[in-house]
Amino acid sequence: MKVLKIATAGSVDDGKSTLIGRILYDTKSLTDDKLEAIEEKSRQRGFDYLDFSLATDGLVAEREQGITIDVAHIYFSTPSKSFIIADTPGHIEYTRNMVTGASTAQASIVLIDARNGVIEQTYRHFFINNLLRIKDVVIAINKMDLVEFSEEKYNAIKGEIEYIASKSEYKGQNLTFIPLSALQGDNVVNKSTNTPWYKGDTLMHHLEKLDVEDINDASQIRFPVQTVIRPKTEEYHDFRGYAGKIYGGDLSVGDKIAVLPSQTKSKIKSINFFNNEFKTAKRGSSVTVTLEDNVNVSRGDMLVKQNEEPRIAKELNATICWMDKEPLQVSQKYYIKHGINDAQAKITQLSSIIRTDFSGIEENPSELGLNQIGDIQLKLSKPLLVDSYSDNKSNGSFILINPKTNNTVGVGFIK
Amino acid sequence: MSQKIVQVDALESEAIYIFREVLAQFEKPVLLFSGGKDSITLVRLAQKAFYPAKIPFPLMHIDTGHNFPETIEFRDRLAEDLGVELIVRNVQDNIDSGRVKEETGRYASRNMLQTETLLDAIEEFGFDACIGGARRDEEKARAKERIFSVRDDFGQWDEKNQRPEVFDMLNGRIDLGQNVRVFPISNWTELDVWSYIEKENIEIPSIYFAHKRKIFVRDGMIWSADDSVVFRDKEEEIQEKMVRFRTVGDMSCTAAVLSDAVNIAKVVEEIRDSSISERGARIDDKRSEAAMEKRKQQGYF
Repeated sequence: MKVLKIATAGSVDDGKSTLIGRILYDTKSLTDDKLEAIEEKSRQRGFDYLDFSLATDGLVAEREQGITIDVAHIYFSTPSKSFIIADTPGHIEYTRNMVTGASTAQASIVLIDARNGVIEQTYRHFFINNLLRIKDVVIAINKMDLVEFSEEKYNAIKGEIEYIASKSEYKGQNLTFIPLSALQGDNVVNKSTNTPWYKGDTLMHHLEKLDVEDINDASQIRFPVQTVIRPKTEEYHDFRGYAGKIYGGDLSVGDKIAVLPSQTKSKIKSINFFNNEFKTAKRGSSVTVTLEDNVNVSRGDMLVKQNEEPRIAKELNATICWMDKEPLQVSQKYYIKHGINDAQAKITQLSSIIRTDFSGIEENPSELGLNQIGDIQLKLSKPLLVDSYSDNKSNGSFILINPKTNNTVGVGFIK
Repeated sequence: MSQKIVQVDALESEAIYIFREVLAQFEKPVLLFSGGKDSITLVRLAQKAFYPAKIPFPLMHIDTGHNFPETIEFRDRLAEDLGVELIVRNVQDNIDSGRVKEETGRYASRNMLQTETLLDAIEEFGFDACIGGARRDEEKARAKERIFSVRDDFGQWDEKNQRPEVFDMLNGRIDLGQNVRVFPISNWTELDVWSYIEKENIEIPSIYFAHKRKIFVRDGMIWSADDSVVFRDKEEEIQEKMVRFRTVGDMSCTAAVLSDAVNIAKVVEEIRDSSISERGARIDDKRSEAAMEKRKQQGYF
């Protein structure tokens, strides 16, 4: 089964939860008992329509405030595909959740209230999609029923977004604009008769057509060794398997590889998955490999193809999104987790805060606060094997952990 | 040598990756095993993650004493076949010693009492990672659960202060006294689990398949007629029907569904067409709208 992960972003009142509820309803993904619960709750609250947001707003605090405060995952499927929606909140204080939800997404939906058009929040959502280099972005222009399904409104918003897109660094993005009404169901799953001027697909039809691959584009192979498997049984007395997940490309028996950081060279002898052996394993697969030579490999080492080596870095330049109440400050020390590798990191420079409304940067700030995005330099306690985020998302990202609280406090994108 | 190409399914690959991170990041992991289909799926994934080595941590069952006998028999056999240590801790012990009080009456269930026994066992063995089969699609509060979910000494879940999980990096750093609940099949749906069981030909307890059982009906739900465990009013009449169970919790809180699905292919077909959610047959979630969230804050699995 193909799985498509989608991040959603929108401001508090853009009707995001309603849109998701509508998708679930129109794809018949709401079971009878859930639907009954929604009907009953809607009635209790005196609504004359079904409040689909009740299907997704999971936590008590949210229901009390009537807003979504954390990342919720919603699952549904159509005959051709399984979908996972990371429903992330839109208000400013929750940028970190938006980045979290979007980090594993192959596609993203940005909601805009047709009455309000492009607002500051929209810029921020769009900025994060660009920072994370999400390939397929749907601009869902919602509440079209409240602007009389006006083509002019739609075109004005489209023009504005296209202008922002032209200013952003990441050019690989596919933008799709869809006019819809989540509340009424126009162009969500079923084609609307209210928008004869719109010739494109409905939202669901568009999502169904999207190509589902890894979040990573095909690039060079990275195989970080998670654990060494040594059964020490009679049958597998000499078995020494290196277990990990393949990123970037496909791995085949006979491939000439280098073990990093030791630079030892060898060849792939076998690729094992459970009780079978395979000639080739596709990227994204968690497998166990053995090598021709008896070389020293341990957790944290990386197998790569010879002549396709990543950078060995003791210093990093990165863009970072800060996720903690305690701000990032120069000369602070953190743990860094890069893939499965850990090290210590010291912030040597905070060069700028990047304004997420595309209005430029603020130079030499004193600190980087919660939900701010900035450029930093780091010094590492040991060398890490890195790529730039634009070359390999998995090997080009890291998290920082506060050693006092053990909390994940920031996510970085290596330049 | 084989000419085959393997593309491990994304969900399976993710789960195997998580198991391997657990082994690397924690000193004393344990797999919480209930005998249900989700934990059986976990066991298969753990097997795959470390093959040809054995699963490198024990299985633990918190036995309420109200389990279906078929589940217990299945549990013991599976652990033996795998050659993996099985730890069992009984809720009954805490009831006997007066540490917890048993509910009585119409909807009495021992489900809530499991929490105390689980927390005791975590402390007894010093487990720092408890791997469980919870899925985000089961219930609204579960939809916000992390893959590595940090719990304090009291097993409490602080839903507003969860660590962000970005890309596939898992932060397992904890302080002494804390532990992490790990959910490798977070992103699987009920249908994904059933399809996997079918594809992998995994054996599951017989109560998942349609069988003849003595039952009674209350509030439109079908209950196993076992008076020693499930409270039944005199006027609630016992009948015999073809039923199966969609989840395997306690007999006292797990309702059956009428079904003719006698094999796995038929079960998958039934789930695909189903119009009632899986936890819709669990009375413990229905007590209030926020039932699951409240139980989780108190350390429920």
